[in-house]
Amino acid sequence: MMNYELIGISVLWLFLYGYIIIASIDFGAGFFAFYARLTKQDHVINKLISRYLSPVWEITNVFFVFFYIGIIGFFPETSYYYGSAMLVPGSLAVILLAIRGSFYAFENYGSKHNMVYLFLYGATGVLIPASLSVALTLSEGGFILKQGETASLDYWALLSSPLSWSIVGLAIVSVLFISAAFLAFYASRAEDHAALKLMRTYALFWSTPTIVIALTAFIFLGQHNERHFQNMMDLWWLLALSVAFFMIAMWLLYRGYRYGMAFICIMLQFFSAFFAYGIGQYPYILDPYITIQSSVTSSSMGFALVVAFIGGMCLLVPSLILVFRLFLFDADYVKGNK
Amino acid sequence: MGIDTVLWSKLVTGMTLGFHAIFATLGVGIPLMISLAEFIGIRKKDLHYILMAKRWSRGFVISVAVGVVTGTAISLQLSLVWPNFMKLAGNVIALPLFMEVFAFFFEAIFLGIYLYTWERFKNPMMHWLLTIPVVVGAGMSAVFITTVNGFMNQPGGFTFEGGQFTAVDPVQAMLSTATFSKVFHVLSSAYLTGAALLAGVAAFAILRKGVSVYHKKALKLMMAVVLLFSLVNTLAGDVSAKFLAEHQPEKLAAAEWHFETESGADLIFLGWLNAEHEIIGALHLPKFLSFLAFGDFNAEVTGLNEFPIDEQPSLVVHYFFDLMATIGFLFLGISFLYFLFVFWKKRNELNKWILRMIALGAPLAFLGVELGWFYAELGRQPWIIRGYMRVEEAATTSPSVRILFFFFLLLYIVLGTVSVLVLRRMFYNNPAEVEMETWTQRASDKSTLKGEHT
Repeated sequence: MMNYELIGISVLWLFLYGYIIIASIDFGAGFFAFYARLTKQDHVINKLISRYLSPVWEITNVFFVFFYIGIIGFFPETSYYYGSAMLVPGSLAVILLAIRGSFYAFENYGSKHNMVYLFLYGATGVLIPASLSVALTLSEGGFILKQGETASLDYWALLSSPLSWSIVGLAIVSVLFISAAFLAFYASRAEDHAALKLMRTYALFWSTPTIVIALTAFIFLGQHNERHFQNMMDLWWLLALSVAFFMIAMWLLYRGYRYGMAFICIMLQFFSAFFAYGIGQYPYILDPYITIQSSVTSSSMGFALVVAFIGGMCLLVPSLILVFRLFLFDADYVKGNK
Repeated sequence: MGIDTVLWSKLVTGMTLGFHAIFATLGVGIPLMISLAEFIGIRKKDLHYILMAKRWSRGFVISVAVGVVTGTAISLQLSLVWPNFMKLAGNVIALPLFMEVFAFFFEAIFLGIYLYTWERFKNPMMHWLLTIPVVVGAGMSAVFITTVNGFMNQPGGFTFEGGQFTAVDPVQAMLSTATFSKVFHVLSSAYLTGAALLAGVAAFAILRKGVSVYHKKALKLMMAVVLLFSLVNTLAGDVSAKFLAEHQPEKLAAAEWHFETESGADLIFLGWLNAEHEIIGALHLPKFLSFLAFGDFNAEVTGLNEFPIDEQPSLVVHYFFDLMATIGFLFLGISFLYFLFVFWKKRNELNKWILRMIALGAPLAFLGVELGWFYAELGRQPWIIRGYMRVEEAATTSPSVRILFFFFLLLYIVLGTVSVLVLRRMFYNNPAEVEMETWTQRASDKSTLKGEHT
């Protein structure tokens, strides 16, 4: 007998991780484009950003929907609690995503140099991760009020909690760090030295707050949810691995060579931290209301979803490889010759 | 307070779906037209058709963008606004939702590649091949999402125990009795609407600036598609009506103001109801409802009075149904007339009145789609899952939903306005003829350049 709940949560966690990486690149790019405009350096990096991001923005969005549909598919109960509690922050995120997504397409047709557009592009890049990270905070428990049949978000508890603010902070700085590192790598492939220099500076700058806020959030987590904290402490080796990858990435960035390797280290850094966090939360999806065993879908649906997932992956993986080969690893395209 | 949030929940969802339907229909319909134009262009070595594919796909990006973001909104609203619905039905409809995202993912990947690789393949057919996954992905995502709607109309594939769906068979739930007719009608109307829009644009351009080769070719190609799909769509409508008569008689009865069960029932066109539910000023087509419902002029059609008052849909759907069907037949008429004139040499198919009708057809097609969806959705009220869960049990109880309505309204106004502005700038400032000219100019420059080198 297979454990559909374990397969389900692992697949979803992997997808959420994937979303975090590619969405971070996207969201951070928005912030940097705006910031570069303010400091009059936009000519250096704008071409770089639009060249990589234009063909893939839609894919980024689908990753998100994929995770969301997956979680309500494997764990239908979650949609009741998270749906009720996330009505406001969730809708806010949808509106921001809508502004961002559609302006991506509009941008291609002339609004590129519009300051309002660039501001929205930059602002949504920071606000979307902030509003989405509320869901992660919620999962720690203590932020949902339940009166009779109605579940709602306890805004006061949320806004006054140092944990929720540190998670928001962590979301924002990680986005900027991941994005800067990726764009530095992309610039190095494009042999665009000016852009590379700028992005390398950004990446180095955002590395310190990332590691500081990560530690802060971890301490606040200990105060808020003892169980989760202890579980993560038991996985200390994963956290240590994460720090080690961070150090390697910093070393490579600082020395200024092998940017691809540096970015892979950053991906591994987040991968190990993210999985330590997820495994530590086991078996809860929403502490204390939903555990993965209590809310899992029926076994026939679980089986169907796994089959659909495998089938879907057989289509998607080759297509994604094709996209990467065409837009990320095709040296001529990256340099702007195609 | 509870009732109040139900109304606002309905309004939020209705508005989002109503707005999304426009772009979703384009999203399904237009890729086929792009693919057709590019294929013909490559086969005939006719640059006009290639230009058509290029220009259409440029405009298509705008509609995809808005379609993606409103689609994301509606998928999240399923949980945010209808938490109890998803808690109950999530067990059964997760599979089609999941597969829809896959299909969409597939489409998104290849659309991205298609748009950014116009000049990258030596063999133009390679580039054309990229349209196939886009057309298939778009069509399949419509199919999967329509099966969800089919399930909500004709739930099946489970046993209902203690307020829960158990012993779920996800595949059987997808293949409910409603699925085939719905999928058929949704796809045929989307292709019809896509072609009607592009034909309308061509007709409008000819009316404004006179006949040009580009627009004439575009018009003819799209009118052929309109003719084909208005035939298919009429058939699909008929299949749907027969499905309703058999499985959801209250919906058909509400659409036709058919109160008493009788054989040889009349089809009622327009008109209005007085306080006693008597029909005034309507056009009666004797026995046609029986024919529409069962293909037999004397068949018995179930009347609305057979259903409890609190399970009857709103009677306003009559107008939605009538207008939708009229628009459908209008397309059949116009496209038929157009080709009659094409083959009958004495007449000019580019006659001003025909062009005006075709141009007017573009907005009418979208109106037809909207009316059809309003009919389908209001026609199954008060149920959200017909026979199992009523709409008021499913809605969120959070009062914030009222404020969110206005936020989303504002968002759609902004998105709608910006897309219109961007599309106008994209096409008005860059007419097809001018683009064609610069294009051939550049192509000949290139070949003379090559000539010198060899």
